[in-house]
Amino acid sequence: MTIHNLYVFSKNGTLLFYEEWNRLNKSGMTKEEEAKLMYGMLFSIKSFVSKISPLDSKEGFLSYKTSKYTLHYFETSSGLKFVLNTDNVAQNVRELLQRLYSQVYIEYVVKNPLCQPNEPIQSELFKIKVDELMKKSPSFLCRSL
Amino acid sequence: MVIYGVYIVSKSGGLIFNHDHNVPKVEVEKPFNFPLDIKLSYENKKIVVSFGQRDGIHVGHVLSAVNGLPVTGKELDDGRDVLEMLEKSENFPITLKFSRSKMTTNEKIFLASMFYPLFAIASQLSPEPRCSGIEVLEADTFRLYCYQTLTGVKFMIVAEPSQPGMEILLKKVYELYADYALKNPFYSLEMPIRCELFETNLQSLLETVEKSGISNV
Repeated sequence: MTIHNLYVFSKNGTLLFYEEWNRLNKSGMTKEEEAKLMYGMLFSIKSFVSKISPLDSKEGFLSYKTSKYTLHYFETSSGLKFVLNTDNVAQNVRELLQRLYSQVYIEYVVKNPLCQPNEPIQSELFKIKVDELMKKSPSFLCRSL
Repeated sequence: MVIYGVYIVSKSGGLIFNHDHNVPKVEVEKPFNFPLDIKLSYENKKIVVSFGQRDGIHVGHVLSAVNGLPVTGKELDDGRDVLEMLEKSENFPITLKFSRSKMTTNEKIFLASMFYPLFAIASQLSPEPRCSGIEVLEADTFRLYCYQTLTGVKFMIVAEPSQPGMEILLKKVYELYADYALKNPFYSLEMPIRCELFETNLQSLLETVEKSGISNV
């Protein structure tokens, strides 16, 4: 089981944070371009899901699966978006993302007066804590050692 | 166990077949007093709820009838403007009926062509090499299963999240497509499928799966 990479987007689509652990395929574009593409795709999926849904949805889009990876999506009511790519067997990723929000983002970004809202997160401590949380989770198991 | 619908998208991204199977009807009818405690707004030629959801009326629901008279656009059948009518206290108490807006065929075509780039981007943004596009898309109210054939035709099923065996069902639908649509001499490729045999067989396939599970097919 592996965790590939993590994106955090603000409510207006700025890439706040990006980190990767096991990524074999480079998309062949810069990080900014890739983030825009990713955000655009998520934005479209969200509107696609709300239109095609046969019932009234609360949370809307949760995840999608391809042959090689699963993308998990978690959006807070304030519009903050967490996107985590894992392999197809990882479990309880939603819980992990909720923990990432409440125990890491809130503690080390929101409670840090030097972190401006809607701007990329520079804090080194946040980065370390994200890394710690991911490596502690049972889904994280480095294959490419 | 519910299957909501089946869609087939051609290689070039156009919707060539869609079948609504068991789409639940969401409707609420309620009497209201003046002033109205939900906020309505007029968008896309419909009057929709924009704020204040309660009693089964959700944001995004469309006003479909006033006092039993159907609403088209923002007018009643007799030509009265609904939004103006709702501002006058002498028209109250009033009975309003709200329902979840149904997708028109145009919207379905639009959504089908929207899925095509999403499918492509998902494989481009993959962290692993040689990845396919979206196979399963999960939301809290439904799951969408997609199967792309070697020739590029996409089969999609929208079903309840807990419905098992949908991957097998997709292949069965492909089989039906190959048997009844492709072998029909009056069917031209990339064009909408209008083959009666295909539709009746698909219908009975979906019903058996819903009733007795995928193992009996």
